[in-house]
Amino acid sequence: MKTMLRVSLLAAVFVAAGTELAWAHGLAGKRFFPATLVVDDPFVADELSLPTVFHSKLPGTGDTLPRKETDVSGELAKRLTPDLGLSLGGTWKAIDPAGGKSVTGFDNLELSLKYQFFKSEAHETVLSVGVGWDVGGTGGKKVDAESFDTVTPSVFFGKGFGDLPDGLELLRPLALTGAFGWAVPSRVRNQKISSTADGDVEVEREFNPTLFTWGFSLQYGLQYLQSVVRDVGLPRPFNRMIPLVEVALQTPVDGPRARYTTGTVNPGIIWAGRYFQIGVEAVVPVNADAGKNVGVRAQLHFYLDDLFPTTLGRPLFGN
Amino acid sequence: MLRGRAALLLLLVALLVGAAGVGAHAFLDRAEPRVGSTVRTAPTDVKLWFTERLEPAFSRVEVVNEAGQRVDRADGAVDPSNPALLRASLVPLSPGLYTVIWRVVSVDTHVTEGDFAFRLAP
Repeated sequence: MKTMLRVSLLAAVFVAAGTELAWAHGLAGKRFFPATLVVDDPFVADELSLPTVFHSKLPGTGDTLPRKETDVSGELAKRLTPDLGLSLGGTWKAIDPAGGKSVTGFDNLELSLKYQFFKSEAHETVLSVGVGWDVGGTGGKKVDAESFDTVTPSVFFGKGFGDLPDGLELLRPLALTGAFGWAVPSRVRNQKISSTADGDVEVEREFNPTLFTWGFSLQYGLQYLQSVVRDVGLPRPFNRMIPLVEVALQTPVDGPRARYTTGTVNPGIIWAGRYFQIGVEAVVPVNADAGKNVGVRAQLHFYLDDLFPTTLGRPLFGN
Repeated sequence: MLRGRAALLLLLVALLVGAAGVGAHAFLDRAEPRVGSTVRTAPTDVKLWFTERLEPAFSRVEVVNEAGQRVDRADGAVDPSNPALLRASLVPLSPGLYTVIWRVVSVDTHVTEGDFAFRLAP
Protein backbone atom coordinates (compact mmCIF):
# COMPACT_ATOMS: atom_id res chain seq x y z
CA MET A 1 0.00 0.00 0.00
CA LYS A 2 2.84 2.29 0.95
CA THR A 3 4.67 1.37 -2.28
CA MET A 4 1.56 2.03 -4.36
CA LEU A 5 1.18 5.41 -2.74
CA ARG A 6 4.84 6.23 -3.44
CA VAL A 7 4.50 5.15 -7.09
CA SER A 8 1.36 7.23 -7.49
CA LEU A 9 2.97 10.25 -5.90
CA LEU A 10 6.08 9.88 -8.04
CA ALA A 11 4.01 9.50 -11.19
CA ALA A 12 2.02 12.57 -10.20
CA VAL A 13 5.22 14.53 -9.70
CA PHE A 14 6.49 13.44 -13.13
CA VAL A 15 3.20 14.42 -14.75
CA ALA A 16 3.09 17.74 -12.95
CA ALA A 17 6.67 18.40 -13.99
CA GLY A 18 5.72 18.05 -17.60
CA THR A 19 4.93 14.42 -18.46
CA GLU A 20 8.41 13.26 -19.34
CA LEU A 21 11.37 11.97 -17.44
CA ALA A 22 14.67 13.73 -17.86
CA TRP A 23 17.24 12.65 -20.45
CA ALA A 24 19.50 15.67 -20.90
CA HIS A 25 23.15 15.94 -21.48
CA GLY A 26 24.34 14.22 -24.59
CA LEU A 27 22.44 10.94 -24.37
CA ALA A 28 21.06 9.13 -27.42
CA GLY A 29 19.97 5.61 -26.57
CA LYS A 30 22.93 3.85 -24.98
CA ARG A 31 25.34 6.55 -26.11
CA PHE A 32 26.69 9.27 -23.90
CA PHE A 33 28.28 12.11 -25.86
CA PRO A 34 30.59 14.20 -23.67
CA ALA A 35 30.86 17.93 -24.18
CA THR A 36 33.85 18.41 -26.45
CA LEU A 37 36.35 21.19 -25.85
CA VAL A 38 36.70 22.65 -29.34
CA VAL A 39 33.98 21.43 -31.69
CA ASP A 40 30.51 22.54 -30.67
CA ASP A 41 28.26 19.73 -29.38
CA PRO A 42 25.31 18.41 -31.38
CA PHE A 43 22.94 18.37 -28.41
CA VAL A 44 21.32 21.00 -26.25
CA ALA A 45 21.83 20.80 -22.51
CA ASP A 46 22.05 22.69 -19.25
CA GLU A 47 25.76 22.96 -18.77
CA LEU A 48 28.49 25.24 -17.57
CA SER A 49 32.04 25.21 -18.89
CA LEU A 50 34.10 27.08 -16.33
CA PRO A 51 36.91 27.50 -16.89
CA THR A 52 38.32 26.53 -20.25
CA VAL A 53 41.99 27.46 -20.29
CA PHE A 54 44.04 27.67 -23.47
CA HIS A 55 47.71 28.47 -23.84
CA SER A 56 49.91 28.52 -26.91
CA LYS A 57 52.60 30.39 -28.78
CA LEU A 58 50.96 31.80 -31.88
CA PRO A 59 52.62 33.01 -35.08
CA GLY A 60 52.56 36.60 -36.24
CA THR A 61 50.34 37.73 -39.08
CA GLY A 62 50.66 40.75 -41.35
CA ASP A 63 49.48 43.03 -38.55
CA THR A 64 50.48 41.22 -35.39
CA LEU A 65 53.69 40.05 -33.77
CA PRO A 66 54.29 36.43 -32.76
CA ARG A 67 52.89 36.06 -29.27
CA LYS A 68 52.13 33.88 -26.30
CA GLU A 69 48.44 33.80 -25.63
CA THR A 70 46.48 32.56 -22.64
CA ASP A 71 42.69 32.49 -22.75
CA VAL A 72 40.35 31.79 -19.88
CA SER A 73 36.78 31.35 -20.98
CA GLY A 74 33.40 30.32 -19.67
CA GLU A 75 30.15 29.30 -21.28
CA LEU A 76 26.70 28.79 -19.83
CA ALA A 77 24.24 26.71 -21.87
CA LYS A 78 20.58 26.69 -20.91
CA ARG A 79 17.67 24.80 -22.39
CA LEU A 80 14.66 26.97 -23.15
CA THR A 81 12.67 23.89 -24.14
CA PRO A 82 13.85 20.25 -24.19
CA ASP A 83 15.17 20.76 -27.76
CA LEU A 84 16.02 24.44 -27.89
CA GLY A 85 19.01 25.86 -26.09
CA LEU A 86 20.70 29.20 -25.62
CA SER A 87 24.31 29.75 -24.64
CA LEU A 88 26.37 32.71 -23.54
CA GLY A 89 30.14 32.68 -23.56
CA GLY A 90 32.98 35.02 -22.77
CA THR A 91 36.77 34.89 -22.93
CA TRP A 92 39.46 36.76 -21.05
CA LYS A 93 42.72 36.97 -22.96
CA ALA A 94 46.29 37.66 -21.96
CA ILE A 95 48.55 38.39 -24.91
CA ASP A 96 52.30 38.62 -24.57
CA PRO A 97 53.76 39.71 -27.93
CA ALA A 98 57.42 39.01 -28.69
CA GLY A 99 59.18 42.32 -28.03
CA GLY A 100 55.92 44.11 -27.34
CA LYS A 101 53.86 45.14 -24.36
CA SER A 102 51.63 42.54 -22.73
CA VAL A 103 47.92 43.26 -22.87
CA THR A 104 44.88 41.71 -21.25
CA GLY A 105 41.18 42.09 -21.80
CA PHE A 106 37.92 40.47 -22.72
CA ASP A 107 37.09 39.20 -26.16
CA ASN A 108 33.62 39.73 -27.62
CA LEU A 109 30.62 38.07 -26.05
CA GLU A 110 29.33 35.03 -27.88
CA LEU A 111 25.67 34.07 -28.01
CA SER A 112 24.24 31.04 -29.69
CA LEU A 113 20.90 29.40 -30.20
CA LYS A 114 20.62 25.72 -31.05
CA TYR A 115 17.70 23.50 -31.97
CA GLN A 116 17.96 19.73 -31.82
CA PHE A 117 15.54 18.52 -34.49
CA PHE A 118 16.37 14.82 -34.70
CA LYS A 119 17.35 12.06 -32.32
CA SER A 120 17.47 8.33 -32.97
CA GLU A 121 17.92 6.22 -29.84
CA ALA A 122 18.46 3.05 -31.88
CA HIS A 123 21.12 4.57 -34.11
CA GLU A 124 22.63 6.84 -31.46
CA THR A 125 22.22 9.84 -33.74
CA VAL A 126 21.61 13.50 -32.96
CA LEU A 127 21.15 16.35 -35.47
CA SER A 128 20.89 20.04 -34.68
CA VAL A 129 20.95 23.43 -36.31
CA GLY A 130 22.02 26.65 -34.69
CA VAL A 131 23.23 30.15 -35.10
CA GLY A 132 26.10 31.82 -33.29
CA TRP A 133 26.58 35.54 -32.83
CA ASP A 134 29.93 37.07 -31.99
CA VAL A 135 28.74 40.41 -30.66
CA GLY A 136 31.05 43.01 -32.16
CA GLY A 137 32.35 45.81 -29.99
CA THR A 138 31.67 44.09 -26.66
CA GLY A 139 35.32 43.10 -26.21
CA GLY A 140 38.49 45.11 -25.80
CA LYS A 141 40.38 46.59 -28.76
CA LYS A 142 43.65 45.88 -26.94
CA VAL A 143 43.13 42.16 -27.40
CA ASP A 144 41.95 42.58 -30.99
CA ALA A 145 38.28 41.96 -30.31
CA GLU A 146 36.45 42.68 -33.54
CA SER A 147 34.38 45.83 -33.77
CA PHE A 148 31.92 44.13 -36.11
CA ASP A 149 29.47 41.27 -35.57
CA THR A 150 29.92 37.80 -37.00
CA VAL A 151 26.89 35.58 -37.45
CA THR A 152 27.46 31.86 -37.96
CA PRO A 153 24.61 29.57 -38.95
CA SER A 154 25.69 25.96 -38.38
CA VAL A 155 24.59 22.36 -38.55
CA PHE A 156 25.72 19.81 -35.97
CA PHE A 157 25.68 16.03 -35.88
CA GLY A 158 26.53 13.23 -33.50
CA LYS A 159 26.65 9.55 -34.40
CA GLY A 160 27.56 6.61 -32.20
CA PHE A 161 28.65 3.39 -33.84
CA GLY A 162 26.77 1.08 -31.50
CA ASP A 163 24.85 -0.34 -34.47
CA LEU A 164 27.94 -1.80 -36.14
CA PRO A 165 27.54 -5.51 -36.97
CA ASP A 166 28.92 -8.41 -34.96
CA GLY A 167 32.61 -8.88 -35.62
CA LEU A 168 33.19 -5.12 -35.31
CA GLU A 169 31.95 -4.90 -31.74
CA LEU A 170 35.19 -3.38 -30.44
CA LEU A 171 34.53 -0.42 -32.75
CA ARG A 172 31.06 0.15 -31.29
CA PRO A 173 32.38 2.51 -28.56
CA LEU A 174 33.43 4.92 -31.34
CA ALA A 175 31.38 8.05 -31.96
CA LEU A 176 31.73 10.91 -34.38
CA THR A 177 30.45 14.43 -33.82
CA GLY A 178 30.85 17.41 -36.08
CA ALA A 179 29.84 20.93 -36.95
CA PHE A 180 29.74 22.90 -40.20
CA GLY A 181 29.26 26.64 -40.12
CA TRP A 182 29.25 29.70 -42.35
CA ALA A 183 30.69 32.70 -40.49
CA VAL A 184 29.51 35.93 -42.07
CA PRO A 185 31.00 39.24 -40.83
CA SER A 186 28.73 42.26 -40.70
CA ARG A 187 31.50 44.39 -42.19
CA VAL A 188 33.51 43.26 -45.18
CA ARG A 189 36.39 45.71 -44.70
CA ASN A 190 37.90 47.53 -41.76
CA GLN A 191 39.39 50.90 -42.59
CA LYS A 192 42.06 52.50 -40.44
CA ILE A 193 43.16 56.07 -41.11
CA SER A 194 46.42 57.33 -39.64
CA SER A 195 48.91 60.07 -40.31
CA THR A 196 52.62 59.56 -40.86
CA ALA A 197 55.45 61.65 -39.43
CA ASP A 198 55.53 63.55 -42.73
CA GLY A 199 51.93 64.53 -42.29
CA ASP A 200 50.68 62.20 -44.99
CA VAL A 201 47.42 60.40 -44.42
CA GLU A 202 47.53 56.61 -44.66
CA VAL A 203 44.48 54.47 -45.17
CA GLU A 204 44.76 50.78 -44.28
CA ARG A 205 42.05 48.40 -45.38
CA GLU A 206 41.68 45.00 -43.82
CA PHE A 207 39.47 42.42 -45.45
CA ASN A 208 37.17 40.40 -43.19
CA PRO A 209 36.51 37.15 -44.99
CA THR A 210 33.47 34.98 -44.78
CA LEU A 211 34.64 31.68 -43.30
CA PHE A 212 33.55 28.11 -43.74
CA THR A 213 34.12 26.65 -40.29
CA TRP A 214 34.17 22.91 -39.98
CA GLY A 215 35.31 20.36 -37.51
CA PHE A 216 34.70 16.98 -36.03
CA SER A 217 35.57 14.83 -33.05
CA LEU A 218 36.24 11.11 -33.02
CA GLN A 219 35.69 9.59 -29.58
CA TYR A 220 36.13 6.18 -28.03
CA GLY A 221 33.92 5.70 -24.97
CA LEU A 222 35.57 3.38 -22.48
CA GLN A 223 32.41 3.37 -20.39
CA TYR A 224 30.49 2.25 -23.48
CA LEU A 225 33.06 -0.51 -23.98
CA GLN A 226 32.69 -1.65 -20.38
CA SER A 227 28.92 -1.45 -20.02
CA VAL A 228 27.65 -2.33 -23.49
CA VAL A 229 30.29 -4.25 -25.45
CA ARG A 230 32.71 -6.08 -23.17
CA ASP A 231 33.75 -5.70 -19.56
CA VAL A 232 37.52 -5.72 -19.96
CA GLY A 233 38.04 -4.99 -16.27
CA LEU A 234 39.08 -1.35 -16.51
CA PRO A 235 39.38 0.13 -13.00
CA ARG A 236 38.37 3.63 -11.97
CA PRO A 237 39.11 6.25 -13.20
CA PHE A 238 39.90 4.70 -16.59
CA ASN A 239 36.41 3.20 -16.98
CA ARG A 240 34.96 6.71 -17.33
CA MET A 241 37.48 8.08 -19.76
CA ILE A 242 36.90 9.02 -23.37
CA PRO A 243 40.02 9.34 -25.50
CA LEU A 244 39.28 11.59 -28.44
CA VAL A 245 40.71 13.71 -31.18
CA GLU A 246 39.09 16.93 -32.30
CA VAL A 247 39.84 18.61 -35.60
CA ALA A 248 38.80 22.26 -35.93
CA LEU A 249 39.33 24.00 -39.26
CA GLN A 250 38.33 27.15 -41.05
CA THR A 251 38.51 28.06 -44.72
CA PRO A 252 37.99 31.62 -46.01
CA VAL A 253 35.62 31.60 -48.95
CA ASP A 254 36.59 35.05 -50.22
CA GLY A 255 39.44 37.53 -49.98
CA PRO A 256 43.16 37.06 -50.54
CA ARG A 257 43.34 33.83 -48.48
CA ALA A 258 40.30 32.20 -50.07
CA ARG A 259 40.28 28.40 -49.90
CA TYR A 260 43.38 28.36 -47.67
CA THR A 261 42.50 26.19 -44.70
CA THR A 262 43.97 26.60 -41.22
CA GLY A 263 43.13 25.01 -37.93
CA THR A 264 44.22 22.60 -35.28
CA VAL A 265 44.16 18.90 -34.45
CA ASN A 266 43.45 18.34 -30.77
CA PRO A 267 44.12 14.90 -29.33
CA GLY A 268 43.20 14.46 -25.70
CA ILE A 269 41.10 12.79 -23.10
CA ILE A 270 37.90 13.52 -21.19
CA TRP A 271 36.98 12.02 -17.86
CA ALA A 272 33.24 12.12 -17.23
CA GLY A 273 32.07 11.95 -13.62
CA ARG A 274 28.67 12.23 -11.97
CA TYR A 275 28.36 16.00 -11.94
CA PHE A 276 31.22 17.26 -14.06
CA GLN A 277 33.80 16.29 -16.59
CA ILE A 278 37.42 17.26 -17.00
CA GLY A 279 39.10 17.40 -20.37
CA VAL A 280 42.61 18.16 -21.57
CA GLU A 281 43.86 18.32 -25.12
CA ALA A 282 47.02 19.18 -27.01
CA VAL A 283 46.51 21.88 -29.64
CA VAL A 284 48.50 20.96 -32.75
CA PRO A 285 48.51 23.40 -35.69
CA VAL A 286 47.71 21.84 -39.06
CA ASN A 287 50.03 24.19 -40.98
CA ALA A 288 52.46 27.08 -40.54
CA ASP A 289 49.70 29.68 -40.70
CA ALA A 290 48.11 28.13 -37.64
CA GLY A 291 51.44 28.10 -35.83
CA LYS A 292 54.45 25.94 -35.18
CA ASN A 293 54.04 25.27 -31.49
CA VAL A 294 51.86 22.80 -29.69
CA GLY A 295 49.50 24.43 -27.22
CA VAL A 296 47.26 23.04 -24.54
CA ARG A 297 43.60 23.38 -23.66
CA ALA A 298 41.93 22.16 -20.46
CA GLN A 299 38.34 22.40 -19.32
CA LEU A 300 36.19 21.86 -16.27
CA HIS A 301 32.60 21.31 -17.34
CA PHE A 302 29.57 20.98 -15.06
CA TYR A 303 26.39 19.05 -15.81
CA LEU A 304 23.76 21.42 -14.44
CA ASP A 305 20.98 18.93 -15.15
CA ASP A 306 22.61 16.51 -12.71
CA LEU A 307 23.68 19.15 -10.20
CA PHE A 308 20.33 20.92 -10.08
CA PRO A 309 17.77 18.53 -11.58
CA THR A 310 14.74 20.39 -10.30
CA THR A 311 15.84 23.99 -10.82
CA LEU A 312 18.69 25.23 -13.03
CA GLY A 313 19.01 21.88 -14.75
CA ARG A 314 15.55 21.80 -16.31
CA PRO A 315 14.32 23.48 -19.48
CA LEU A 316 12.56 26.77 -18.79
CA PHE A 317 9.50 25.57 -20.71
CA GLY A 318 8.22 22.03 -21.30
CA ASN A 319 9.57 18.72 -19.95
CA MET B 1 42.52 39.98 -10.61
CA LEU B 2 42.85 38.22 -7.27
CA ARG B 3 39.24 39.10 -6.43
CA GLY B 4 38.15 37.69 -9.77
CA ARG B 5 39.89 34.41 -9.05
CA ALA B 6 38.39 34.27 -5.57
CA ALA B 7 34.92 34.89 -7.01
CA LEU B 8 35.43 32.12 -9.54
CA LEU B 9 36.57 29.72 -6.84
CA LEU B 10 33.60 30.64 -4.67
CA LEU B 11 31.24 30.01 -7.57
CA LEU B 12 32.70 26.56 -8.18
CA VAL B 13 32.53 25.67 -4.49
CA ALA B 14 28.94 26.93 -4.34
CA LEU B 15 28.06 24.78 -7.33
CA LEU B 16 29.47 21.66 -5.73
CA VAL B 17 28.21 22.33 -2.22
CA GLY B 18 24.80 23.40 -3.48
CA ALA B 19 24.51 20.17 -5.34
CA ALA B 20 25.52 17.87 -2.50
CA GLY B 21 23.11 15.05 -2.02
CA VAL B 22 21.41 15.16 -5.41
CA GLY B 23 21.50 12.27 -7.85
CA ALA B 24 22.80 11.99 -11.36
CA HIS B 25 22.40 9.80 -14.43
CA ALA B 26 22.58 6.13 -13.49
CA PHE B 27 25.10 4.34 -15.69
CA LEU B 28 25.82 0.63 -15.56
CA ASP B 29 28.90 0.12 -13.43
CA ARG B 30 29.22 -3.69 -13.67
CA ALA B 31 27.11 -6.76 -14.08
CA GLU B 32 26.97 -10.49 -13.33
CA PRO B 33 27.34 -12.23 -15.73
CA ARG B 34 29.88 -9.71 -16.95
CA VAL B 35 29.16 -7.63 -20.03
CA GLY B 36 30.20 -9.51 -23.18
CA SER B 37 31.45 -12.52 -21.25
CA THR B 38 31.21 -16.25 -21.90
CA VAL B 39 30.21 -18.28 -18.85
CA ARG B 40 30.51 -22.04 -18.40
CA THR B 41 27.89 -22.43 -15.69
CA ALA B 42 24.32 -21.35 -16.27
CA PRO B 43 23.62 -18.29 -14.10
CA THR B 44 20.47 -18.39 -12.00
CA ASP B 45 20.06 -14.64 -12.01
CA VAL B 46 21.44 -11.45 -13.50
CA LYS B 47 22.67 -8.58 -11.35
CA LEU B 48 23.32 -5.05 -12.57
CA TRP B 49 25.09 -2.52 -10.37
CA PHE B 50 24.56 1.12 -11.29
CA THR B 51 26.41 4.29 -10.45
CA GLU B 52 23.37 5.83 -8.75
CA ARG B 53 20.42 4.80 -6.61
CA LEU B 54 17.47 3.73 -8.74
CA GLU B 55 13.81 4.51 -8.57
CA PRO B 56 12.29 1.01 -8.14
CA ALA B 57 8.93 1.81 -9.70
CA PHE B 58 10.47 2.94 -12.98
CA SER B 59 13.48 0.63 -13.37
CA ARG B 60 13.31 -2.67 -15.18
CA VAL B 61 15.41 -5.45 -16.65
CA GLU B 62 14.66 -8.38 -18.88
CA VAL B 63 16.71 -11.13 -20.47
CA VAL B 64 16.01 -12.65 -23.87
CA ASN B 65 17.50 -15.53 -25.85
CA GLU B 66 18.57 -15.46 -29.50
CA ALA B 67 14.97 -16.04 -30.57
CA GLY B 68 13.87 -13.00 -28.57
CA GLN B 69 12.01 -15.09 -25.98
CA ARG B 70 12.19 -13.93 -22.40
CA VAL B 71 14.21 -16.19 -20.12
CA ASP B 72 13.90 -14.16 -16.94
CA ARG B 73 11.12 -14.89 -14.48
CA ALA B 74 9.65 -11.39 -14.90
CA ASP B 75 10.67 -10.57 -11.34
CA GLY B 76 13.25 -7.92 -12.22
CA ALA B 77 13.46 -5.41 -9.39
CA VAL B 78 15.71 -3.09 -7.49
CA ASP B 79 17.30 -4.91 -4.55
CA PRO B 80 15.68 -3.67 -1.32
CA SER B 81 19.02 -3.72 0.49
CA ASN B 82 20.97 -1.98 -2.27
CA PRO B 83 19.09 0.69 -4.25
CA ALA B 84 21.83 0.72 -6.92
CA LEU B 85 21.40 -2.98 -7.71
CA LEU B 86 18.87 -4.27 -10.24
CA ARG B 87 18.38 -8.04 -10.42
CA ALA B 88 16.21 -10.67 -12.04
CA SER B 89 16.13 -14.44 -11.69
CA LEU B 90 16.40 -16.70 -14.71
CA VAL B 91 14.79 -19.91 -15.88
CA PRO B 92 17.29 -22.77 -16.41
CA LEU B 93 19.34 -21.71 -19.41
CA SER B 94 20.68 -23.84 -22.23
CA PRO B 95 23.90 -22.93 -24.08
CA GLY B 96 23.51 -19.90 -26.33
CA LEU B 97 23.64 -16.14 -26.55
CA TYR B 98 21.52 -14.02 -24.21
CA THR B 99 20.81 -10.30 -24.13
CA VAL B 100 20.14 -8.30 -20.98
CA ILE B 101 17.99 -5.23 -21.66
CA TRP B 102 17.60 -2.56 -19.00
CA ARG B 103 16.02 0.82 -18.57
CA VAL B 104 16.35 2.65 -15.29
CA VAL B 105 15.42 5.92 -13.66
CA SER B 106 17.76 7.37 -11.09
CA VAL B 107 16.28 8.93 -7.99
CA ASP B 108 16.58 12.39 -9.55
CA THR B 109 14.34 11.19 -12.46
CA HIS B 110 17.06 10.90 -15.13
CA VAL B 111 16.47 8.01 -17.54
CA THR B 112 19.21 5.79 -18.93
CA GLU B 113 18.97 2.57 -20.88
CA GLY B 114 21.18 -0.08 -22.38
CA ASP B 115 21.72 -3.68 -23.18
CA PHE B 116 24.54 -6.17 -23.26
CA ALA B 117 25.07 -9.78 -24.17
CA PHE B 118 26.59 -12.81 -22.49
CA ARG B 119 27.09 -16.31 -23.82
CA LEU B 120 26.58 -19.62 -22.05
CA ALA B 121 29.15 -22.07 -23.40
CA PRO B 122 28.09 -25.67 -24.18
